[in-house]
Amino acid sequence: MTEKYEAVIGLEVHVELKTNTKAFCGCGLSFGALPNSHVCPGCLGMPGAIPVLNRELVEFAIKTGLALNCKIAEFCRFDRKNYFYPDLPANYQISQLDLPIASAGYLEIESEGVKKKIGINRVHMEEDAGKLVHQGSIMTTPYSLVDLNRAGTPLLEIVSEPDIRSPREASMYMEKLRSILLFLRVSDCKMEEGSLRCDANVSVRPRGQERLGTRTEIKNLNSFRSLERALEYEIKRHIELLEEGGELVQETRTWDEDRQVTLSMRSKEEAQDYRYFPDPNLPPVIIDPEWVERVRKTLPELPDQARERLMSEYNLSSYDANLLTMSKDVLDFFDACVAEYNEPKLIANWVMGELTRLLNQNNMEIKDCRVTPSSLAAMLKLMEQGTISGKIAKVVFEEMFNTGDAPEKIVKDRGLVQISDESAIKAIVDEVIAANPKVVEDFKAGKEKALGFLVGQVMKASKGKANPEIVNRLLREELSRP
Amino acid sequence: MELYQYTVQEIGEMLARREVTASEVLAASAERIGRVESRIHAFITLTLEEAEKTAKELDARDEIGGLAGIPCGIKDNLCTRGVRTTCASEMLEDFVPPYDATAVKKLKAAGAVMVGKLNMDEFAMGSSTENSGFFPTHNPWDLTRVPGGSSGGAAAAVAAGEVFYALASDTGGSIRQPASFCGVVGMKPTYGRVSRFGLVAFASSLDQVGPITRTVTDCALVMNAICGHDHLDSTSLKVPVPDYTKDLQEGIKGLKIGFPREYFQEGVDRGVRDTIMKALLKFEELGAVVEETSLPHSEYALPTYYIIAPSEASSNLARFDGVRYGYRDGNARDTVEMFSSTRARGFGPEVIRRVMLGTYALSSGYYDAYYLKALKVRRLIKEDFDRAFERYDILASPTTTSTAFRIGEKAQDPLTMYMSDMLTIPVNLAGIPSISIPGGFIDNLPVGLQLMGPPLSEATLLKAAYAFEQATDYHLRTPVLEV
Repeated sequence: MTEKYEAVIGLEVHVELKTNTKAFCGCGLSFGALPNSHVCPGCLGMPGAIPVLNRELVEFAIKTGLALNCKIAEFCRFDRKNYFYPDLPANYQISQLDLPIASAGYLEIESEGVKKKIGINRVHMEEDAGKLVHQGSIMTTPYSLVDLNRAGTPLLEIVSEPDIRSPREASMYMEKLRSILLFLRVSDCKMEEGSLRCDANVSVRPRGQERLGTRTEIKNLNSFRSLERALEYEIKRHIELLEEGGELVQETRTWDEDRQVTLSMRSKEEAQDYRYFPDPNLPPVIIDPEWVERVRKTLPELPDQARERLMSEYNLSSYDANLLTMSKDVLDFFDACVAEYNEPKLIANWVMGELTRLLNQNNMEIKDCRVTPSSLAAMLKLMEQGTISGKIAKVVFEEMFNTGDAPEKIVKDRGLVQISDESAIKAIVDEVIAANPKVVEDFKAGKEKALGFLVGQVMKASKGKANPEIVNRLLREELSRP
Repeated sequence: MELYQYTVQEIGEMLARREVTASEVLAASAERIGRVESRIHAFITLTLEEAEKTAKELDARDEIGGLAGIPCGIKDNLCTRGVRTTCASEMLEDFVPPYDATAVKKLKAAGAVMVGKLNMDEFAMGSSTENSGFFPTHNPWDLTRVPGGSSGGAAAAVAAGEVFYALASDTGGSIRQPASFCGVVGMKPTYGRVSRFGLVAFASSLDQVGPITRTVTDCALVMNAICGHDHLDSTSLKVPVPDYTKDLQEGIKGLKIGFPREYFQEGVDRGVRDTIMKALLKFEELGAVVEETSLPHSEYALPTYYIIAPSEASSNLARFDGVRYGYRDGNARDTVEMFSSTRARGFGPEVIRRVMLGTYALSSGYYDAYYLKALKVRRLIKEDFDRAFERYDILASPTTTSTAFRIGEKAQDPLTMYMSDMLTIPVNLAGIPSISIPGGFIDNLPVGLQLMGPPLSEATLLKAAYAFEQATDYHLRTPVLEV
């Protein structure tokens, strides 16, 4: 049945920018700070306070627009979006309606080896609202508390064209957008903390039909996973309804994470009239093309370029290159490590393997991690020199991760130096052979597997420190004696 | 002559020469307030205790000069740190701002002694101060008449000698019209000349802070103190502030003055027209070239203003919702009810009328027909002025269509009330500076003469106003308030 239909998806992404100060006042940004501790007359909407545009916000917007191949407007304007809500101090949000800062761009995703451009309709600047804190559910709470720390935090709204055709493409678009924003260092892009938010517009139509079907908008998508799941659910719902001969209602729906369903929030008729008009407090923003060119020159390497570089310079697979370029911090770590120890493939394996495993396990970011590119390089050198085995390296690495100590120190303190002294290993080999006559017999009878067991026993007796190559060789020598 | 009767300039010089102390000057103002305030009702809040402290501190200084030590009043829509700022609204009856408006801050830095906060039409919406949420103010020239509005308290207090000058705001004539009704000097500077930070917004693209004084020189002195760029208001102009007193006495020989015929037509009382025509003759006597001219889009100014100002107001006043400060209806059962009943009870009828007008004009489906159209007409009005200023240095007209009307006369008829601002509104739409000075009297009621100039021409306006003032004695007349 899904073969008969095609989904048409467009995404509206809100990203919180990590500028030094809020969009229209001098307050610093905060996440998790004491409620109402990062506020001033401006972001509290006090009488007589006037917004003043943060230049850094414009610069971040230009950067993002350029990275998304947009045209940067030479003239743009701020408008007021009027609606009443207790977390919106002035009861209007400063946003951009018909003259956004950037428009007509695209980003590229790669689906099963095929590259596809997803159009960017527009990028505009706006301010965030505060937060309401309820006691329990919003429906039953006896009161609501207002925290305005977040009010006035600068946001970019990035609106895609309806070029996305599947839930998978939608999450690839989001992943690519996220990595671009991370490379630009304009946002932390943490979906779980709300610094990256996404609403999806979706409709379906019979394949071959040009006219778009009735669309619904899905809100409350707090992870890539819920984005995909919600779209899958909603597309299925649309198709089923159409197959039953039913009619879709243009409406806004919310994703219920617990029940894994979308629920109706409000219909088009109930949509608010925001009474947009130009904000008289903020003069139009005139953007000198020279400024745009200056910003263009400072653009960092972007994920696509970095990916190409990793594949062509280091011969990494497309899969490895993709993973390493998901975040700028990860790529920087990788590059710094390669600069000290030119074994890109090995480093890639460690970064994507042990390091990622430990970060996930501890719910940490690479930038908060105690292992540095230099210390990883140093550890890998110890491995190369044979000072530690690959197995011991994992132990050393975990210790580095937990303590931040240098690998040399850990190896020394914990006596983890690999034993390469043949006579010492020979003594253990002899002991193991003597203690396992049955296994020895099996091996001699042609059971090759038995050797593995004996190697394991030797390693165990040496607490993992015996050089595995020497153990293997000595065992074979001893066992081949008549 | 009593101390309260001196001008800012004179008192300033007396203070500088140590002939009087700031405390003595303050005592004179306080005494005057004690004598007449019960009949004028100019003040919402008096701050005499704070003022005494300030005056004592100033007296302890080695030197004193400029505005230092001179008592003034502040319109109650300009935020004053630690002193409640009500906008004459129950909505903000107990609101105490933790900051000063920039213009207030500048006056304080100059040593001004604030004796209180002045009555006004609620949120500056009105032309008679009858829309004050607390009480009306009375015109010192005739206590049965309005002082004008919205800065009625400010103009009345200055005219009655309660303060030496006042700081006020003008969105469609709110400084000039009451100055005209009360026979004092009021200036609306170029949009952006004075910071709007801390001025509780009515219509942000029209609002401007300015002085109300008894003489043109005093006006120049206060302008010197309050003008200038402010990083807290990005619509404030980055243009150096001249010394506005410097060229006052230069004279106006050869100055080209146009008088727009639309400002002398029907709708303007015959007596007012005649008085201002006579004033124009005075300008000719002084060596100016006076000619009739035209501002053809004038008739559209009023409707344009009553789209734009309420539209902006509907959004600016949305913040008064009971959540963070000000009045809240504590009996509301949920958030939406709290919003609506707080606003229904906290705002007076004129504010509600304008918020509704503005909300309507901005609504989807009406925006193009009303707000967008009004913006286009606003441009035409501005271009009328641009063209006129290619030929004339300044324009002259009556400030108001009539002299002060009686309390209650227009209160029930909003449209008639709106019409009384038709001569002052175009200036705000065009963003240009304008001054109203005493231009004559009809039946012992003052008539205002309005001078308008191109952007940043305040010095020229003051110079012309000074020449007229020096050639007449209207500014020397004072209302008789003694019983």
